[in-house]
Amino acid sequence: MREVAAPSLHDLTACVAKGVNWSVMRGDFWVVAGPQRGGKTDFLMMAAGLSAPLAGEYEALNEPMPVFEDARLKERLRIGLVFEGGKLFQHMNVAENVALPLCFHEDLSFVAAWPRVAQMLNWLGLGEVAENLPTSISRDLQARTGLARALMLQPELLFLDNPLSRLDTRGLAWWRDFLVALNRGHEASGARPLTLIVTAEDFRFWRGNARQFALLQSQRFTVIGDAAALERAAGSTMREWL
Amino acid sequence: MLAQRIGRALFSWLRTIQGLGAFSLISLGVLVRKHDTAGQVVRPLLRREIARAGSHLLPMFLFMAAALGLVVIGQSVSWLTRVGAINYLGSIMVIVVVRELGPMLAALLVLARVGTANVVELGTSRALGEVEALEALGIDPVHYLVVPRVVGMALGIFSLTVYLIIGALVSGYGWAFLQDVPLLPGDYFRQLAGALTWLDFALLALKTGAFGFIIAIVTCYHGLAQPLRLAEVPRATVRAVAQSVVACVLVDITFILIYLIL
Repeated sequence: MREVAAPSLHDLTACVAKGVNWSVMRGDFWVVAGPQRGGKTDFLMMAAGLSAPLAGEYEALNEPMPVFEDARLKERLRIGLVFEGGKLFQHMNVAENVALPLCFHEDLSFVAAWPRVAQMLNWLGLGEVAENLPTSISRDLQARTGLARALMLQPELLFLDNPLSRLDTRGLAWWRDFLVALNRGHEASGARPLTLIVTAEDFRFWRGNARQFALLQSQRFTVIGDAAALERAAGSTMREWL
Repeated sequence: MLAQRIGRALFSWLRTIQGLGAFSLISLGVLVRKHDTAGQVVRPLLRREIARAGSHLLPMFLFMAAALGLVVIGQSVSWLTRVGAINYLGSIMVIVVVRELGPMLAALLVLARVGTANVVELGTSRALGEVEALEALGIDPVHYLVVPRVVGMALGIFSLTVYLIIGALVSGYGWAFLQDVPLLPGDYFRQLAGALTWLDFALLALKTGAFGFIIAIVTCYHGLAQPLRLAEVPRATVRAVAQSVVACVLVDITFILIYLIL
């Protein structure tokens, strides 16, 4: 990103981050922390290509962003996005939610897509709730369904919006382990290391798990750096985020 | 003060018309460009919409057809008999039922049963962030949510209008028969056939297709095109119904003018 200003999704003229200069390398695992209602989600949506920046320019996977044209849809699908809470389609069950992107983009019937869907559900521990509607499963499982849905198209870069929000201890442990495994290369991501960008309310849980850190506060995006840089900053301004 | 309010209302109307125009052009563009994309997903949605705006409403439409036949025949037969103009019964049925009441009644019933549901469903989807989720998956919301509704509603209203008209014409004769009107079935249907022209069939298809397109576009626009909160969905529904009715009446007036000209 070069001198990017990110808009709010609710008011496309309002700015949630400005002057952002940021480089993400293949295989990175970034955590972007910031206060609640501080614009992390809006920033992530823009970075994932759902809205255009107010100023500046940015690329993802060597492609100018955002991608709105149908002609570059293939490039768009190399980027995945997991919303906070999953944002599942309420009238579809878990399996149908996960199958939708595959069926749509590869023009497959649900029956034809089922073997791959079933495998993904099992990897994410969703096999038993495959036929449940989103409203009848826990928040953790809803978020996992959102992750499974995003992984169906085997993205190379995955954005996750506050995946640890309102999870219990077991849920937190599952997400930490699974995201670390995805970053290193898990069968669910085609055994390739997956570049991850995660937003969070603080760095506490991510110390020792994620590899790069940044902070978005009062419209300012500050790149902290790797784990060592985070530990160095822990004694000074970053204390409250740890 | 009054001038300001009128001006504001006018400006708001113009903006709505502009928004609806743009939305309908976008929807038409997607319909044409992506007609063969993701068939395995879109075709079942299309079938569901045709069932929802068509076959599921058939029992209600057959009831309305019987009622329409009774209303038109019940009122007109006694008057036509008094003035000795019973030979015009077929022509009156064609003008009233085929050209005007049939299509308009079908459109209003589908608007009430399916159009309102469209706004609520899409408005709720929008408020819950499902539309953003579709965009994040690279799925065009217009292709996935609007196109099946537009096609389904246009075909649904056309089919239901045909059933409504046939039902009303048949039940009309039934009511006439019960009132001892001296009219043989052969004469009645000959009158109907004589009163119908190729223009009636062509304009009926066009008019019902236009009604379906308009209702689907207006209801989808109010559900989808602007960010909504859940609390705003009822107001959007009322707005969509009012605008659909006005738009359908304007289209109907246009078709009346076409009949007069041709």
